Amino acid sequence: MPKNNENMMSVKGLTKVFKSGVFKPQYTVAVKDVSFDIKPGTILSLIGESGSGKTTIGKLILKLLKPTAGQIYYKNKDVAQINDKKEVKEYYKKVQGIFQDPFATFNPLYRVDRIFEIIFSSFGYDQTNKEERIHKVLNDVNLNPGRILGKFPHQLSGGQLQRLLIARALLMDVDVLIADELISMLDASTRIGVLNLLVDLCKENGMSVLFITHDLNLGYYISDYTLIMYKGRLVEKGDTKKVYQNPIHPYTKMLFNSVPDIGRRWDKEEEFLPEQVVDDVRKFYATNQGRGIEEIEEEHSVLFSLK
Amino acid sequence: MRENILEVKNLKAYYKILKGQVKAVDDLTFNIKKGEILGLAGESGCGKSTLASTLISRKPPLHHISGEVKLNGKEIMQIPEEDFKPMRLKNISLIPQYALDAFSPTKKIKTFIIDLVQEHGIKPDREFFDKVKERLYLVNLDPSVLERYSIELSGGMKQRVIMVISTILNPDFIIADEITSALDVSSQRFVATMLANLRDEGIIGSAMFITHDLSILYQIAERIMIMYAGCFIEIGPTEEIVKNPRHPYTKALIASLPQVGIQYQDKKLSGIKGTPPQLLNIGEGCRFRYRCQYADKQCEISPVRERINEGHYISCWRWKELGSDNNA
Repeated sequence: MPKNNENMMSVKGLTKVFKSGVFKPQYTVAVKDVSFDIKPGTILSLIGESGSGKTTIGKLILKLLKPTAGQIYYKNKDVAQINDKKEVKEYYKKVQGIFQDPFATFNPLYRVDRIFEIIFSSFGYDQTNKEERIHKVLNDVNLNPGRILGKFPHQLSGGQLQRLLIARALLMDVDVLIADELISMLDASTRIGVLNLLVDLCKENGMSVLFITHDLNLGYYISDYTLIMYKGRLVEKGDTKKVYQNPIHPYTKMLFNSVPDIGRRWDKEEEFLPEQVVDDVRKFYATNQGRGIEEIEEEHSVLFSLK
Repeated sequence: MRENILEVKNLKAYYKILKGQVKAVDDLTFNIKKGEILGLAGESGCGKSTLASTLISRKPPLHHISGEVKLNGKEIMQIPEEDFKPMRLKNISLIPQYALDAFSPTKKIKTFIIDLVQEHGIKPDREFFDKVKERLYLVNLDPSVLERYSIELSGGMKQRVIMVISTILNPDFIIADEITSALDVSSQRFVATMLANLRDEGIIGSAMFITHDLSILYQIAERIMIMYAGCFIEIGPTEEIVKNPRHPYTKALIASLPQVGIQYQDKKLSGIKGTPPQLLNIGEGCRFRYRCQYADKQCEISPVRERINEGHYISCWRWKELGSDNNA
């Protein structure tokens, strides 16, 4: 249920270069010239393999890292300009992240209730009906408040902790949720529950989600839009169905080709070498020289060459 | 009828701790045929890694309680460690779950291999390394990796080196414990396919492929066994388990898997409510009954293993009346 057609978040030409070493610095380009928009109430999945830069993008949006170049706009406001303490807090009220390991997110010495208390004590949310509202969001994420509140993190399962963090985002009424490998530590039978919940809440509350994952099947299942990352660049992006049904970039093709899918077996005759894709991509860029990013159909664009 | 490489009968292996016994593998019966890849699937804490440890090395607090395991017709649960040690790597071998982190960052891959094989009484001479190089070539790695450090290799490359080492003595039977879980999808496909290729070329005899990911098993396993909370659930030919599962747990597990081509708007998948039970001092009864929508009074007694048809076995009181959904 989009509130309006305006972008909730807009990323333009985002680049991040890491420098390591003092005397002979080495530069690693983690993210290069990435642009995309997040519309209200939509789920955007950011898919890539390890080292492709997907987590770096999440961190840049959450202001945990500073971009080397490019801009991130939140409701048309340049996020880099948000610097004073009060404004940063306001930003974090609306843009939140949930990460892979729930056990690392919670402080093991405190009861889980603390994640809600912090919202009120340090973010200055309205305290009226505090208890009631906490209970409501817990019920929304299918957790029984009586059995959850007052417990320590080690007494709960990974799925329950992730649900708690989603409940917290709900209580804060966030606009954008960065979910970085949110369900990859959960079992198959529990992760679907968390995912369904996330989509339901997103559609009901107009919350936008950037779903960072390496799992293509899950990405397809929940997202409206798909971004494919390879070596720091967005190589293909667009409407999820269009990207999956008609992949153009050799990397996207290779990725879809290697997904294990129940009911469809890998081609045994085909010689499959993951390293092969490096050559394939180079040839692809060479034959399409000068084309850059092109829209091949409505809501589906491909990186044809590096300019 | 093919001969069996591994025969497991009523195997029980518990962790003995101060508070009592954690019944991590409880009454497991199955066998693996020569030349077969058996897939073992289950969620975290279902006992699949414990089963691997039980088969290859039982270190306290893990104890073998009862039941027998025959490898090539020879009972291996009761034999002393000094007799079992020479069998490791040669007759039975394990590719462990966190093998990728096993490499010391300060040693070259070659040094690591030398240390490891000397521990098993193999001389790392020229002939040995010729064989290693030949195998590296087989898994599409350049022999120069031997001179490199582990941090210079990607996860997929490290996993391939580990596989070369674990299979260097052409083991009759190999246990692959979550070897694809930490890898990217493209490396996953390569590593899983490689295991099947090693089998096809006769380098390894049979394999048990342990994973939480049923969709990978569908690609390479001939039969699949499902475990839940330390217990046997169902075993059968891959196609049958995936397309025509009979146990309520297997049905729910397969129904929760997203497939390419299914979107949230079109078909909402359902998970299983609740979490697996604590295995510490757990009592009688079907362990899935707390989360099973079909559970009744009868399920408070542990179900017995029953035969559905050739090669398809199940452990559930109600499988007959529940029938098959044939949801495929």
